[in-house]
Amino acid sequence: MKAIINYIKEVLSGVKTLINGMKVTGYYISHPKEIITQQYPENRDTLKMVDRFRGEVIMPHDENNEHACTGCQACEIACPNGSIEIIQDRILNEETGKKKKTILKHVYHLSMCTMCNLCIPACPTDAIIMGQGFEHSVFDRSQLTKVLNKPGSKLRDGVEE
Amino acid sequence: MKFDIYDFSVLTASIHKSLSEMMSETAVMITEMVIVGIIFLTLFAVLGLALVYAERKVCAFFQQRLGPMRVGFWGTAQTVADAIKLLLKEPLMTKSADKFLFNLAPFIIIIASFMAIAAVPFALGLQTLDLNIGVFYVTAVSSIGVAGILIAGWASNNKYSLIGAMRSGAQIVSYELSVGLSLLTIVILTGSLQFSEIIESQREGWWIFRGHIPAFIAFVIYLIAGTAETNRGPFDLAEAESELTAGFHTEYSGMKFAFFFLAEFVNMFIISAIGATMFLGGWMPLHFGELTAFNEIMDFIPPIFWFLGKTAFLIFIMMWFKWTFPRLRIDQLLTLEWKYLLPINLINILIMAFVVLMGWYF
Repeated sequence: MKAIINYIKEVLSGVKTLINGMKVTGYYISHPKEIITQQYPENRDTLKMVDRFRGEVIMPHDENNEHACTGCQACEIACPNGSIEIIQDRILNEETGKKKKTILKHVYHLSMCTMCNLCIPACPTDAIIMGQGFEHSVFDRSQLTKVLNKPGSKLRDGVEE
Repeated sequence: MKFDIYDFSVLTASIHKSLSEMMSETAVMITEMVIVGIIFLTLFAVLGLALVYAERKVCAFFQQRLGPMRVGFWGTAQTVADAIKLLLKEPLMTKSADKFLFNLAPFIIIIASFMAIAAVPFALGLQTLDLNIGVFYVTAVSSIGVAGILIAGWASNNKYSLIGAMRSGAQIVSYELSVGLSLLTIVILTGSLQFSEIIESQREGWWIFRGHIPAFIAFVIYLIAGTAETNRGPFDLAEAESELTAGFHTEYSGMKFAFFFLAEFVNMFIISAIGATMFLGGWMPLHFGELTAFNEIMDFIPPIFWFLGKTAFLIFIMMWFKWTFPRLRIDQLLTLEWKYLLPINLINILIMAFVVLMGWYF
């Protein structure tokens, strides 16, 4: 008798769990507004990436074409696979007569970058950030090597103090 | 009855009459057979295209996706494009395959579906074969398909194909019992195996309502066992992509693969159609005993739409099963049948016999 009761209990609990599963999928099909698929090329104008998306390393410049990179190479050291190369220059400070390090080119190899985000916290002056761009395809590999500081840009005053 | 104006037998009788005037009796029979064959071929093609599209869309919405959207409006032309692709593909064959059986297998499966669909009553007067043992005929004929699967698995000369085919054999031998017994539960109520009489007996109400608890249990068992009969998920062990690449049709390509694919969807349609006929009244409109006004409104909807609507509903439930439950292991599959479905079914049939004996149904 106990075996029969257990059998019936098993069947009922089995049916219950099956209905639970069907409830979940039933909820999905009855709520088409919750569909997460996006129609990518069509919605390109309205596409909003999530805040934490890491697309590429960029260096923001302000309206005077000035950036915050001092050329300290902290990001280059932090990078695990050598995607960042900093080419430095020395300019003469006329007042003190001393030579001072400055940045000539901040070279960023997008083809090697794994978007690990280690360079961003390493930067003491917050000169580089992770951008949201993701359409990186180009016809030539050499185009993936980018120079982040714009031509003619210079260090913003007051960053080094 | 209002829906008698939609009687298709008027149309078929007039075609038969005009043909008889033109040619001899034998020629008339052959012509009519060819016409019916062409109609069913077209139906197969349309069903295949429509059901594949429906399957992909329903699956997508169950998984919070959009599914095919690019080809045509909302991806409606996607299946047409897929069919053209399959037609143009090269029919490959393995070197050591048994060539005759390998080529024969897809046709056996398609022929089994063809024979089964002949007995399906689509609407009033729209039925090819109205045998007096219709239910028995369908259960017998639909199990020929497993021979095709076994031959396909054996002739491919491939371990995965053979394992898939053997699983399918074990599965269909087991689940055939449950399908047959759950249909018998309704046959006890109707007292007839003929589809037209079964539908006629549901004029006052569908058996799933009139037969209450035992009919409902039989309906659920039929749905589960019917899903297993068609080799669809969660009972798709015969294919089991993750274990057997594609099971019995691993080695098939091109049009022969398309035949297997088509047969799966047509079998799903047939199982749903038989379920709709037995439990939900086939093409009979929804009637409730004394509500005459309600019944007359329902009669205005043509029977063919009632039939297609009910079948579509059952197909949707089978898709719901497929996209909700994970695939069973072979031992779980056989446990479900022999330890649960079969004993419940047997007891259910006893209860139904008692209910009919006492007249406890509506």
